[in-house]
Amino acid sequence: MDPDLVLLLNGIVSGLLLGGLYAAAAAGLSVSFGMLDVVNIAHPAFMVLGAMLVALLWGATGIDPLVLSILLTPAFWALGAALYVAYHHFFERRGDEAIQGLAFFFGVLFIIEVGLVLTLGPEQHFADASYANTTIQLGEVDLPLRMLVPMLVSLLAIGGLSLFLRRTFMGRAIAAVAQDREALRLLAIDPVRVKRLAFGISIALAALAGGALVVVQPVDATSGHVFIGRVFAIVIMGGLSSLGGCVLAALAFGVVENVTATFYGPSWSPAVAFGCLLLVLAVRPQGLFGRAA
Amino acid sequence: MKEISRRDMGRLALATAAALPAAARAQTAPSGPPIRIGFSMSLSGGLAGNGRPALTTHRIWAEDVNSKGGLLGRPVELVYYDDQSNGSQVPGIYTKLLDVDKVDLVVSGYSTAIAAPAMPVVMQRNMAFVSLFAANVNADFKYDRYFSVTTTGTDLKGTFAKGFIDIAMAMEPRPRTIAIAYLDSDFHQRAAESARFLARERGLRIVYDRAYPPTTVDFSPIMRSVQSARPDAVFIGSYPPDTAGMLRAASELRVNFPLMGGPMIGPHITAQKLQLGPILNNLVVWDVYAPAPTLQFPGVQALIERYQPIAAREGTDALGYYVPPMAYAQMQVLEQAVRRVGKIDQAALAADMHANQFDTVIGPMRFDAQGEWTEDRNLYTQYQGIQGNGIEQFRRPDTQVVLYPPKYKSGELRKPYTAGA
Repeated sequence: MDPDLVLLLNGIVSGLLLGGLYAAAAAGLSVSFGMLDVVNIAHPAFMVLGAMLVALLWGATGIDPLVLSILLTPAFWALGAALYVAYHHFFERRGDEAIQGLAFFFGVLFIIEVGLVLTLGPEQHFADASYANTTIQLGEVDLPLRMLVPMLVSLLAIGGLSLFLRRTFMGRAIAAVAQDREALRLLAIDPVRVKRLAFGISIALAALAGGALVVVQPVDATSGHVFIGRVFAIVIMGGLSSLGGCVLAALAFGVVENVTATFYGPSWSPAVAFGCLLLVLAVRPQGLFGRAA
Repeated sequence: MKEISRRDMGRLALATAAALPAAARAQTAPSGPPIRIGFSMSLSGGLAGNGRPALTTHRIWAEDVNSKGGLLGRPVELVYYDDQSNGSQVPGIYTKLLDVDKVDLVVSGYSTAIAAPAMPVVMQRNMAFVSLFAANVNADFKYDRYFSVTTTGTDLKGTFAKGFIDIAMAMEPRPRTIAIAYLDSDFHQRAAESARFLARERGLRIVYDRAYPPTTVDFSPIMRSVQSARPDAVFIGSYPPDTAGMLRAASELRVNFPLMGGPMIGPHITAQKLQLGPILNNLVVWDVYAPAPTLQFPGVQALIERYQPIAAREGTDALGYYVPPMAYAQMQVLEQAVRRVGKIDQAALAADMHANQFDTVIGPMRFDAQGEWTEDRNLYTQYQGIQGNGIEQFRRPDTQVVLYPPKYKSGELRKPYTAGA
């Protein structure tokens, strides 16, 4: 096969695998930012918190990191629900969520990072999954399980969440709160309760993303920084409150980054990927799959 | 004259026994106001992995000095603040250290990114300044009271990658091509510039030469592009998270390069050594110290033996082969200059540092007009025979041998690099 074609194929496949990790990182934010209008800038820090805890538990038990991250989701859900209660009480209820709320989540971000450094140290932490050193070869295309397994688990979790949002009463209530919270009150549904549940889910997804992240790469307390811009871009590009759009935008982001890195050098990757975001927003301000206001 | 009775002898012996420790204490116990040494240190953020071992080492040095009578008979006291690995915090920290805390001496925290922002403040106050792991910071400032404790020397372009290129050119068959991939940071850009310059000088054709941004998550496109260029040698400049990603990608792509390595910062840190294990085999890495028999300078082994139990308690880098010897040497430079000068006089200290040799745990060093080492000591080491991920093997000198410079050589090159395959 033509060497350039091999490079292109592998660039696309590795980009899709990378996009799977981005989807895991962005899905929770799609719920909190996209649906609940809560600008949780600390979301990647929660992901790193999940990753560090997974690494710690993996060191103690040897259980697969992704299984551990699934086991952590109830605790993260509770953490998210509690955080939302505080956020609602101090900011949202008073209508101060725009700037003060953002500052609140900045504070949460720094507290998580400093807390991780003080408790677990500043060094990198890792968890080696048993499959991490295996690569499947499909002809000229490589599929490293280190990237493939986290991607599949993430997509399964996002698929499950999507079903929950479409098929259950609470799921539809979450989708509804994104559109008109006052209308929910008319149906005798407490929008705050719905948002608490949904915000808990978004933080639980961060734990799952943390499991995926620590399989892909070692993490330290500040590993979330490189994801902040990307996850917000993906959520906006996909269209706020569209989980499917978020996944597709994440996959597209990964492919654009990796194909650009392969052929034009990795320095161009972020510029081209964010350039695509600007292009999408110029043509469809509501994002790829968002509804026009 | 009265004869000394047996009872008198007993009293005398008792008095002597009581007086001797007191005299000894009077000789060794420092007194008076402390000599305060100020610095910023990265205790949180991305550089904390190396900042915290540096602080641990500085504390060991202070304990050592104080237990031996202090400096000029006064105790030394460390005054430091966390710069959060953020250079923009540094000028404020040094202003506070000098104006509010009134420290007597200043040294830098870890790395170029932290030492450089301190320079304007330090220069304004005419302080002598000893930096740690800062590459060519003084090239633009030309400050005559700056002194650098790092191995790179002044002529970074002409010397930094020389070891790597020399090792490459000594291979059989002789390499004809080289790939250069590096992080888009000041240090790695300079390293890549050196590799580029020396490769051209030796007639190597550069088949890949690209930087990558610090936000890179997936390194497989880089490694795949390098692989498709079929280079005989691969020079990579990276920081810890990238190094792990780069080597993982190399392993997944089953690379087979006659020579791969460079300033890949990462395996220097124990946690990454343990994580990567056999993937490190045959990787040639720039370093500043290795537990090789050729690098056993006086005091270095004792320092590491003291450091390791403290590191285990504090959760910092477990082996401490990278930062601690250099951080201790940084303080030894200051200590030896103060002892020779006999007072805290910044101009006299700087003059002493320019004029004299310093014998430290990292070996002897002298500073040139720019404050860099007169003789660079860029070590190129190779990981060999690593099996599994246990820590004990990394204490043995045969798992990390020195290939360059010849003066410190402790093993022979093994090739090719196959990322643990």
